[in-house]
Amino acid sequence: MSDPDHPSSTRREALKCMAWAGTGALWALNGGVASSTMLGTGLGAGPAQKAASFTFLQLSDSHVGFAKPANPDARATLREAVAKIVAMPVKPDFIVHTGDITQLSRDSEFDDADQILRETGLPTFYVPGEHDMLDEGTGKAFLARYGKGSQGAGWFSFDHKGVHFIGLVNVADLKPGGMGRLGAEQIAWLAKDLAGRPASTPIIVLAHIPLWTVYAEWGWGTDDAAEALKLLARFGSVSILNGHIHQIAQKVEGRMVFHTARSTAFPQPAPGTAPSPGPQTVPPGQLHALLGITDVAFHRGVERIALTDSTLA
Amino acid sequence: MNRLLLSALLAAAALPAAVPAAPAQNKPAATAPMVHISNFTFGPQALKIRAGQTVTWVNDDDIPHNVTATDKSFKSKVLDTGERFSFTFPHAGTYAYFCGLHPHMTGSIIVTA
Repeated sequence: MSDPDHPSSTRREALKCMAWAGTGALWALNGGVASSTMLGTGLGAGPAQKAASFTFLQLSDSHVGFAKPANPDARATLREAVAKIVAMPVKPDFIVHTGDITQLSRDSEFDDADQILRETGLPTFYVPGEHDMLDEGTGKAFLARYGKGSQGAGWFSFDHKGVHFIGLVNVADLKPGGMGRLGAEQIAWLAKDLAGRPASTPIIVLAHIPLWTVYAEWGWGTDDAAEALKLLARFGSVSILNGHIHQIAQKVEGRMVFHTARSTAFPQPAPGTAPSPGPQTVPPGQLHALLGITDVAFHRGVERIALTDSTLA
Repeated sequence: MNRLLLSALLAAAALPAAVPAAPAQNKPAATAPMVHISNFTFGPQALKIRAGQTVTWVNDDDIPHNVTATDKSFKSKVLDTGERFSFTFPHAGTYAYFCGLHPHMTGSIIVTA
């Protein structure tokens, strides 16, 4: 593995290749305004020119066990995502999976997901989605596998090369009529976790359901997110990575960047464009262009992380 | 002829009573009260039944849902596509419920004595 502090030009070249193939979208994040630029031009002139301290990879919504018209084999598309990661010229430091690993929280589904993801050879951190809480114990199966060292329903934090990572759970004990929910206990833990950290510490937050309201009518938001965001507001660089909606959505608010990743299993309609959310069946040959992974680069000295979404097409 | 006509008229007169109560929201369901879970909604959203009747929920979506009483008095296991859950309501009252996976989905069972 190469020194993450001195990335070779191979990585830049690889990203450019993705650009030319039309599969990547670089979000250049400067001055608090997100702007989508042509890959290739953006990478040469933007933050990527500086040394990338490290990269990590976000996977989301694998739904292992899903086998319906929208994707008859969600295991196969997760394998394709893993093959893409394995083929990366510069290995990410680790993977974060932002939930809905399985379709129905069955042991066999968790087993298959583990087996497929093990092929990456990379450490992987998980936050649960609502599909990972469907066992008899309402999330105990998830915790037994991935909850080591976590608190409550599975929340955790760790530090990596100067960046503080926080994994939150907003799919446990949901309330009627509501959306995602963190709950008082987790918010109190977060306050304690952040207390005493200098405001210059870059923060990356992971959670399944978006921590901003993408579309309330479909429950695409988190009721008490504002309480968590208040605690994060004093930090100079906060990046919030979510899943759940199976499409890319992005928002920049002050020093906070919100981003949702694509699914590796099936797309969902854009907010309000269908009678309801749910698996969207697309014409043959179009599925892979709507599934994908997110490559995240943290550049030392640059406030914003660089996100590169690439599809499985 | 007259007798036939009379029979027909009687049959016609009897018809409205023979037709099962159409919109379940308005009248107690005559037989096998059902709630269909479709497009992330419970239909009918408010179902009226009589005490002692059993309600069956069926998931018509290709995403799992469940049925969770707001007061926790009943809860289904996760319902995959086509799966059903039944619960009998012995006592009068209004029973609010929601989907524990997608809590913006809510419904109620109104039980009359």
